Amino acid sequence: MLAIACIKQVPDTTQVQIDPVTNTLVREGIPFIVNPYDTHALEESLRLKDRHGFRAVALSMGPPNAEAALRKALSMGADDAILCSDRCFGGADTLATSNVLAAAIARIAEEAGDEVGIVLCGKQTIDGDTAQVGPGIASRLGFRQLTLVDKILTLDMEKRTIRVSRKLEGRHEIVEAPLPVMITVVRELNRPRYPTVPMRLAAVNASVKVWNNEVLKLDVNSVGLKGSPTWVSRIFSPERDKGEIIGYGVNDPEGTAALLIDRLLSKDLLAV
Amino acid sequence: MTIFTPLFLIALGIFIWQCGKKLSLIRLGRPENRFDNPALRLREMLLYAFGQKRVVARPFGINHFVIFWAFIVLLAANGAFILEGLIPGFRLANVLPPSLYHPLVFAFDIVSFLALGAIVLSFARRLLFKPPYLDSAYVNARSFEAFLILSFIALLMLASFGLNGVKISLGIEPADFMPVSTVAAALLEKSGSDLETWGAFFWWLHAGVLLAFICFLPMSKHMHILTAIPNCFFQNLGSISTQPREEFAVGNRYGVEKVTDLTWKDLLDSFTCTECGRCQDACPANATGKSLNPRQVVHSLKVNLLANAPALKAGEPPRVPLIGAEGEGTNTEETIWACTTCGACLQACPVMIEHLPKLVGMRRHLVEMESKFPEELLNLFENMEQRSNPWGIAPGERTKWTAQMDVKPFEAGKTEYLLYVGCAGSFDSRSKQVTVNLAAILDAAGVSWGILGKDEKCCGDSLRRLGNEYIFDRMAKENVALFRERGVTKVITMCPHCFTTLRNDYRQYGIELEVIHHSELIKELLATGRLKLNRQVGELGKIIFHDSCYLGRHNDVYDAPRQVVATVTGAAPAEFDRAREGSFCCGAGGGRMWMEELTGIRINLNRVTEALEKRPDTICVACPYCMTMFEDGLKDKQAGQTRVRDIAEVVAEGMRPQA
Repeated sequence: MLAIACIKQVPDTTQVQIDPVTNTLVREGIPFIVNPYDTHALEESLRLKDRHGFRAVALSMGPPNAEAALRKALSMGADDAILCSDRCFGGADTLATSNVLAAAIARIAEEAGDEVGIVLCGKQTIDGDTAQVGPGIASRLGFRQLTLVDKILTLDMEKRTIRVSRKLEGRHEIVEAPLPVMITVVRELNRPRYPTVPMRLAAVNASVKVWNNEVLKLDVNSVGLKGSPTWVSRIFSPERDKGEIIGYGVNDPEGTAALLIDRLLSKDLLAV
Repeated sequence: MTIFTPLFLIALGIFIWQCGKKLSLIRLGRPENRFDNPALRLREMLLYAFGQKRVVARPFGINHFVIFWAFIVLLAANGAFILEGLIPGFRLANVLPPSLYHPLVFAFDIVSFLALGAIVLSFARRLLFKPPYLDSAYVNARSFEAFLILSFIALLMLASFGLNGVKISLGIEPADFMPVSTVAAALLEKSGSDLETWGAFFWWLHAGVLLAFICFLPMSKHMHILTAIPNCFFQNLGSISTQPREEFAVGNRYGVEKVTDLTWKDLLDSFTCTECGRCQDACPANATGKSLNPRQVVHSLKVNLLANAPALKAGEPPRVPLIGAEGEGTNTEETIWACTTCGACLQACPVMIEHLPKLVGMRRHLVEMESKFPEELLNLFENMEQRSNPWGIAPGERTKWTAQMDVKPFEAGKTEYLLYVGCAGSFDSRSKQVTVNLAAILDAAGVSWGILGKDEKCCGDSLRRLGNEYIFDRMAKENVALFRERGVTKVITMCPHCFTTLRNDYRQYGIELEVIHHSELIKELLATGRLKLNRQVGELGKIIFHDSCYLGRHNDVYDAPRQVVATVTGAAPAEFDRAREGSFCCGAGGGRMWMEELTGIRINLNRVTEALEKRPDTICVACPYCMTMFEDGLKDKQAGQTRVRDIAEVVAEGMRPQA
C-alpha cells in the first residue's frame, strides 16, 4: 500500500520581502525550505512505512529547483520522489495544482501496481496559506478527507479503517474513515526526523523522477495559469499601527495589568 | 638461591604476556599520528611525566612525586637485586668503584625511607582523610587493589631495610653509607635471633613481593607506571578543543559507536588512567549531579575493551555496547550529552588523558549515524542549516545593531580588521549592547575595522561540539571560502566560541587567520595609549572576573581581561576560588547553551553561588554565553543588585566623559 506525502518548496518566509512596485515576492537570493507543515506529513508517511509497511512516496509540483525539497524527503527515508514540473504547470492556483497532483497520485499507483492508502499533506503552506490543495486532491481522487489531524489513533489494515484526532478550535474531534483517505496534518502530529549522514549522502546521488505533461497527459486548460480561475491582483504587507504604552511598567505591574484588562473589556476582546 | 631463576623467568613471562595482551588491544584502535615533533614531545614528557608538573599541582601530589622518583631510583637497586638472584655471587659493590657505590647505596637508603613515609601517608589518606573524589561508581578508594599495591611497595622497602641491616651486621655492607639500614641492623642485633635466617627471610620477602608486583602490575590500574610516560609523550600538541575532521563519502561511518572506533591513543588513555579522580573533581557536570563523570568515561573504554576483546579480535560485533546501556563498560546517552566541553578534566589530568574527543566522538555517532539527540537540538540543527544562526532569526537582521551608528563593510586593503560579530553579538539583545560598545571603543581608538554584515554566517562552534560535524563541515567551508574571497586576514571576535573556531578549527581547512579576542585587543589599545579613557570607573563597585573556558583553558587568554579591568578601575578584579586554569564552566559550552538542564542543580547556579560568596557588585565576563548564564542565574537567585558586564562594557564606562 502506498503512503504519498505531498510537499511544497516555499520561500523561507522569515526572509521574504515584497517588491513595492510589482507587488510580488522578491525571490532573488531568498533560500527555499520545505513547507514546515509538509515536513510533518512527510514524517508521518515514513512512520507508516516503518510501522505498517507502506511504501512512502514524496510528491511535489514546482519548478526544476524544487528537486531540493524532494532530495530532503529522500534523505529522510522516502522510497521514491517525484517532481511534476512543466512550463504549462506554472502559475497554477490551488485547483490547477490539485489537478496535477491527483493525476500524479493515480499515475504513481498505476506504475507501482499498488493502491494508494493514505495521501498526506500539510494543513496549509506558509506562502499561500489557502489550505485548499489537500482537500482538492481528495475531491479529484474521491478519497475521504480528514483535515487538521494531530494524531493517528488507530490504523486497522485488515478492516481498512483509520481513526484520527482532528485539532479544531477549542476542541478535538475523533473521526474514523475507511481507506483510502487524504489527511492534512498539523505540527503536533509528530516530530520530523533528522536525516543521518549516510541517508543525506545517498539522497545526493539518488534520482528524483521528473514528470512533465507528456507523462501526465492532462488537458492543458486544466493545469497551470490556464486552469486557474483564481489570480492574485495585489499583494502587500499590511500597515501596522503603532500602539501606545499604557501604565507604568515595572513600577506598577498590578495597576498596569488592571488598565490592560479594562481596555480589553471595553473593546469586547475579553470574555468575563 | 637457584630456584629464583625459574621464578623470575615465570614472572617476566607473565609480565611480557600481559603487556603484549594490552598492547594488542591498544593496537585495535584506529591509526593516528602522534609521532610528529618528537623534540617537543620529549620536552613535554620530561615536564609532565618526569617533572610531575600537574601531579604536584595539588596537595598530595608531592607524595606521589616522592614515590615516583623513589621508583625510578630504586629501579637500579632492584636491578642489582635481581642480578644477585640470577648470578650467584654477584654484588654491585664488586662491579662499581666505591666512589660510585657508596653514594648510590646512600641514595637507595634515603630514597627508600622517603618512599616508605610517602606510602604511610598514602595509606592514611585513603583510610583517615579520604577526599570524596577518590571514589567513583565502580572504583572504591579503599579497594583491595589499592591497599595491595601500597602494601607491596611498603613491604619492598621494609624488606630492603631488613636485608641491608643483616648485611651491615654481618659486615658485608659498610654501615657508614646506609643510615636507615644501620638502624635496622641495630634492631636485628638487639633481637638476638639468627642473622642468617633473617637474611634469607628478608631476601625472599623482597624477591616474592617483587615478582608478585611484576606479575600484578600489567593487570591492575597501576599499569600507569608503564603507560603514563608514553601517554605524556603522545599527548595532543594542538588545540585540545579542536576535533579531527571527518571525510564524508558514501559507505563511510562517522563517530564512535564501538570502542575500536577510537584511536590507539584513546585506548592508551584508558590503560593510563590511575583513577586519581581529579577530573571527576573538576567536572562541572559531575559537581552538579549529572551522570557524567569523565573518569568513568575513560574507565568505561577500558572495561568495554577488555570485555569485548575476544569478539573484536575475531572481527565480530562487540557484546557490550559502548553507548546506551547501563553499567560499567558503557555510557548512557544522557552522560554523553551532559558534557560542556569545558576542558576542566583535561586540565586536571596529571597524565594528559583526553576525555573530550571521546565524548564528542560518541556524539558524532549519535547525531550522524543514528540521528539520536535531545529533542531541543532539532531546532538548533535546522536553524543552523537553514539560517546559519542558532535562533533561526532571518539573516537579514544581522545588522540591526548598526542602526544607530555608522558601520562600514569590511574591504580588503582598506580595512585592517574584520569584526566577526558572531550570532550572539548580532541577534541577542543583551549581547548587541556589547557589540555597540565594542564598536564605539574601536572607533575611539582609531582601529580600522569593518563587518561582513548580512553575509556573515555562524562559525558553527556549537554544531561541532555537539557532534554535528556534517553541517559544521559545510559551514566551515562556506566561511573559509567567504574569508578568502573577501581577503580577510585579521579578525576581531567578542565570543570565545567564534574565537576558538576561527583560530583553531578553521586551520584544518587551510586558513591561518590572525584572530584576536576583544579583551586582548582592548588591552593592547590601552597599553599603547591608542585608547584613552576619560575617567577611572568606580561605579561598578567590586568587580569579579569569570574566565570563559574557551578563552582561558582552551586558548590560554587569562591576563588580558584582568589587565583591562585593572586599567579601567584602578584595581585588579576579585577572583573566584576556582579561577584561571581551574575556572568552573558557566554551563553553556559544548552546545549545552541550547539544551535543557533537567538533572541535578544547574551549572550556572553553582557558579553564581560561588560568585555571590565573594559579594561582588559586578561580575565581569568576556563571552556572550557566560553573560546569558550569569544573568539567568542571578535572576534565579534573585540577586538583581549584582550586575553582569562584558569587558567591553566596563571599558565603555571609562570612556564616558567625567561627570
